[in-house]
Amino acid sequence: MNQSEGVMERITDISQLKEIARQVRLDIIESTFAAGSGHPGGSMSAVEVIVALYYREMNYRPQEPHWPDRDRFILSKGHACPAQYAVLARVGFFPHEELKDLRKLGSILQGHPDMLKTPGLDASTGSLGMGLSYGNGVALAGGIDRKDYRVYVMLGDGEMQEGEIWESAMTAAHRKLDNLCAILDYNKLQIDGFNEDVKGIEPIADKWRSFNWHVVEIDGHDFRQIFDALDEARRTKGKPTIIVSHTIKGRGVSFMEKVAGFHGRCLKPDEMETAREELREPLP
Amino acid sequence: MTEKAATRDAYGAALEEMGAKYEEIVVLDADLSESTRTSRFAKKYPARFFQMGISEQDMVCTAAGLASAGKLPFASSFAIFASRAWEQIRNMVCRANLNVNLCLTHAGITVGADGSSAQALEDIAIMRALPHMRVLVPSDDIETTQIIKYLVTHRDGPVYVRLGRSKVPRVNAEKYRFRAARATKLRSGGDATIIACGLMVSIALEAAEMLAGDGVEVTVLNMSSIKPIDVDAIVEASRATGRIVTAEEHNIIGGLGGAVAEVLAEHAPCPMRRIGTRDTFGESGAPDELLKKYGLSKDNIAGAVRSLM
Repeated sequence: MNQSEGVMERITDISQLKEIARQVRLDIIESTFAAGSGHPGGSMSAVEVIVALYYREMNYRPQEPHWPDRDRFILSKGHACPAQYAVLARVGFFPHEELKDLRKLGSILQGHPDMLKTPGLDASTGSLGMGLSYGNGVALAGGIDRKDYRVYVMLGDGEMQEGEIWESAMTAAHRKLDNLCAILDYNKLQIDGFNEDVKGIEPIADKWRSFNWHVVEIDGHDFRQIFDALDEARRTKGKPTIIVSHTIKGRGVSFMEKVAGFHGRCLKPDEMETAREELREPLP
Repeated sequence: MTEKAATRDAYGAALEEMGAKYEEIVVLDADLSESTRTSRFAKKYPARFFQMGISEQDMVCTAAGLASAGKLPFASSFAIFASRAWEQIRNMVCRANLNVNLCLTHAGITVGADGSSAQALEDIAIMRALPHMRVLVPSDDIETTQIIKYLVTHRDGPVYVRLGRSKVPRVNAEKYRFRAARATKLRSGGDATIIACGLMVSIALEAAEMLAGDGVEVTVLNMSSIKPIDVDAIVEASRATGRIVTAEEHNIIGGLGGAVAEVLAEHAPCPMRRIGTRDTFGESGAPDELLKKYGLSKDNIAGAVRSLM
């Protein structure tokens, strides 16, 4: 994590990161509950990866959000922004109390990411399929300017059904963008049900391999595996890397897990009680 | 009006010229770089040119990413294919108010023989509706050059520049300088005002000449900046001449005619007629034949003026 003087204090201790992930999960259900709407399911699945990126992996300065040499994180699956907002608040881009105004009139925290309103966002996303193209653009600019920054793009699995994803997959491979790393938050569910029932995306790792990407498959809730995959991505030269991060939608709250219904609805008051109880301890 | 040049040729030359001075300029194209003339920039500055292949949506969002990292992208294809990426333009470019310059060629019916699938006749309307977006339609090569130079020095968010395929007569003086939201008066007369954009400016001037032969004196305004639009010039034209005819190589719905009608209705209502394609697709043919068949000739403009007298 970055401090005001710009010196990184990275957290690599896994028990500490698990505690942060626990707090972020609580932030997600609390902020969407206060909003009365939102997308908690796909936010919960992405927690460990986003925590690992901001606490262990990326270079950035919360006091200088537009620092030109910063690493970028682009949340192409923009509906999972409650997870990113919680992390941005916790690393110091804005006060934690802003989370309670998520989705409310005049808030800096919009229902989908708006870089003109939220400090720390590198892209305005929300409409699926576009974030990887945008990330490629940032990576290409870094190449021209000979900058060392890296670009991380988190994709959703339902998003694999968008044609532009494959246009941008070709661009990144054609341009050999090894300063770019995509992460597929593969929780297997989209609004209308399982990916494989809606419109199957398998074999997804083979698809990316055939598009000339380096592919790493991990358990996206295991910090050690996330670290290793990010390290492998950084070491991989001459092609972009995608981390196929197998996750569980709604991860951390028993009745939310693997339930498509929690893609786009927040918890009810009685559900909140149970969820808070379940999130009293970090996940194993 | 003796010289003739295509606006796309001026675009390619201006990009090449500005590229030397401004290293942050980058250019993207979707497999049409010879036709859009971005190939000139590509040959001179290959490290700053991105051939995106036939992927217009990818091109638009890549340009947005480049702009977010401090580059000044110019992205080109045919006008019809920008319409395909409209939502990308809306959500990735305009919503974030990024400095992305979308310069699309082969707009309008004068694309000619390629036929209706290639003839963008709705683009002004759909681009004009986007918050943060500016819409510019140069009338000749001189104005195109001026607009490209203006955009490099006035980085005010996204812009859509509508360029043509065919050569058009020069209507602006060498010393012309583009200014946003400012119409240019090319001819003065008290009986009516013709407000035109793009290649229709030269045809409007021919119509004005024809009308003058019959003793009808008209003002001709070049409204190259459709958004933001020159409200004062439109109001003044309404008050001074009381009759307005618009002329555009675009559907009469939502384009220049629509924009002028909006201003008139709110500020200075007066009788008006719109010259443009009449809610229809085009077809294959020679540019001149198509302009005549679809009601975009000097006779059509002159007829519209006479109908208001």
